[in-house]
Amino acid sequence: MLKPLGDSSVLIQLGNAINPALNARVHTLSALLQSSPAVIETVPAYCTVLIHYDPLTTTYNQIKNIIEEKISLLDDATHRPSRRLEIPVLYGNASGPDFETVATTLALSPSELIRLHSEREYTVYMMGFTPGFPYLGILNEKLTLPRMSTPRTRVPAGSVAIAGSQTGIYPVDSPGGWHILGHTPLKLFDPLSENPFLFAPGDVVKFVPMETT
Amino acid sequence: MTTDRRPQTAVSRPSSAVIEIADLTGIATLQDSGRRGFNKFGVPTSGAMDWYAYQAANSLLTNPPNSAVIELGLGEITLHALRNTVIAVTGAGYEVENYIWTFPLWTSFYVRAGWTVRVKKTSGGNWAYIAIAGGFNSPIIMNSRSTYLRGGIGSALKAGDVLHSFTPTTELLKLAARNHTPLIPYSQTPILDVIPAPQAGWFTPEGIRTFYESEYTLSLSFDRMGYRLQGKPIEKAITQELISEGMTMGSIQIPADSQPIVMMADAPTTGGYPKIASVTRISLPLLAQCEAGVSRVCFREVTVEEAQEKYRTICRAGL
Repeated sequence: MLKPLGDSSVLIQLGNAINPALNARVHTLSALLQSSPAVIETVPAYCTVLIHYDPLTTTYNQIKNIIEEKISLLDDATHRPSRRLEIPVLYGNASGPDFETVATTLALSPSELIRLHSEREYTVYMMGFTPGFPYLGILNEKLTLPRMSTPRTRVPAGSVAIAGSQTGIYPVDSPGGWHILGHTPLKLFDPLSENPFLFAPGDVVKFVPMETT
Repeated sequence: MTTDRRPQTAVSRPSSAVIEIADLTGIATLQDSGRRGFNKFGVPTSGAMDWYAYQAANSLLTNPPNSAVIELGLGEITLHALRNTVIAVTGAGYEVENYIWTFPLWTSFYVRAGWTVRVKKTSGGNWAYIAIAGGFNSPIIMNSRSTYLRGGIGSALKAGDVLHSFTPTTELLKLAARNHTPLIPYSQTPILDVIPAPQAGWFTPEGIRTFYESEYTLSLSFDRMGYRLQGKPIEKAITQELISEGMTMGSIQIPADSQPIVMMADAPTTGGYPKIASVTRISLPLLAQCEAGVSRVCFREVTVEEAQEKYRTICRAGL
């Protein structure tokens, strides 16, 4: 389903749910569209792809035709191989200021909380909020918690946090309302680097608990 | 005007110190036509809040179309020329003092080394664009010279900063004393063209009528990220949460308080509030230059084809 979002963007909706199969189609379609010279850039999200185009060179009708053609290729398209990244995390104490509260609220032992958060492979469903922030899912349902009622004004870069059915990592110091379980020493965003981002949408991520020294 | 969004390569184009910022209030940043290709990583497009004034400022000086300019918001700037140059200032809500003369916006003027140029706030707008012959040189970060303060890309300009510009390819005297009559009807009571957005169906017919038939005031809560508007609440038919999806400059979100927020240049790349409509490219400069607490805006529905035709007409007319 295609709908204009203003006069220079089109939103393509492939479904209305958060699940890995639908999201994989999103990333495949995003890559197919990216190959068209009429497409300036694509923004894949959970179940949509937003594309930006230039109305000076491409009319709405033309871009609609291009999108429909790419959608027709979707079923036969090979899925882009996803990268698998291991992310070291130091859980609890100063690295995870909400770790203890979360464990208490969910009635989990510290080791169980670490296991439930780190045993799964997560997909980068989309990126947003701040440069380089990966929305990772889906969490084990035993870890589901609403966001904090009062967001922190400053969450340090590298904080690994959970909210709802998702987990994520703060790439830059920013405000935030997710529960912070731990910290990774990896840098997620470096604007001056040739590769400014650690993650890309569609990547597969596995947390690896670090030993406290 | 051109659609070429590629950054100019700094390689082999000579540049040198051209002005020093002697004094500054408000917020001034370097901006170009925006940072493209990184929305999928969560990096906003940024670029000028008023694309029309931005392009006109460069065009007056025959600069390459993606050249960086100073965007000045809600304050004043005093520049000290370090060498002879030509400056063009466009936008709304400012006037310019150069040595002993006062210039209106949308003009270019010769500036001799040692002279002082002051861009002063008047009323009826927010943003001024200060372009320099040759274009400002600054580090290209992720394909663009646009500053994005929240993401730590570039930094706000401050008194004492010395800015560099490329050597212009045209003789300075030929660039001075040019002017441009804006083809966009800047106003403090603009009617903004909007295209219905993907969640237009999430609102009741009454809510849609309210949106198109009432006036909204620009609230004091506005910045490069978004403009909050205040007026009659817009009624929703669907109150469930939207699964986050991509959005862009001009998208009008209606959050829980039922008051519109229009996304601007530094808007997040994705959002989870339903969008009722999107402000068209032609109307964005009008909104960008609206004054907080003063301006009243109305919305008029247009089709995407109409909006694109108007945009092409303005662009074809030249800047």
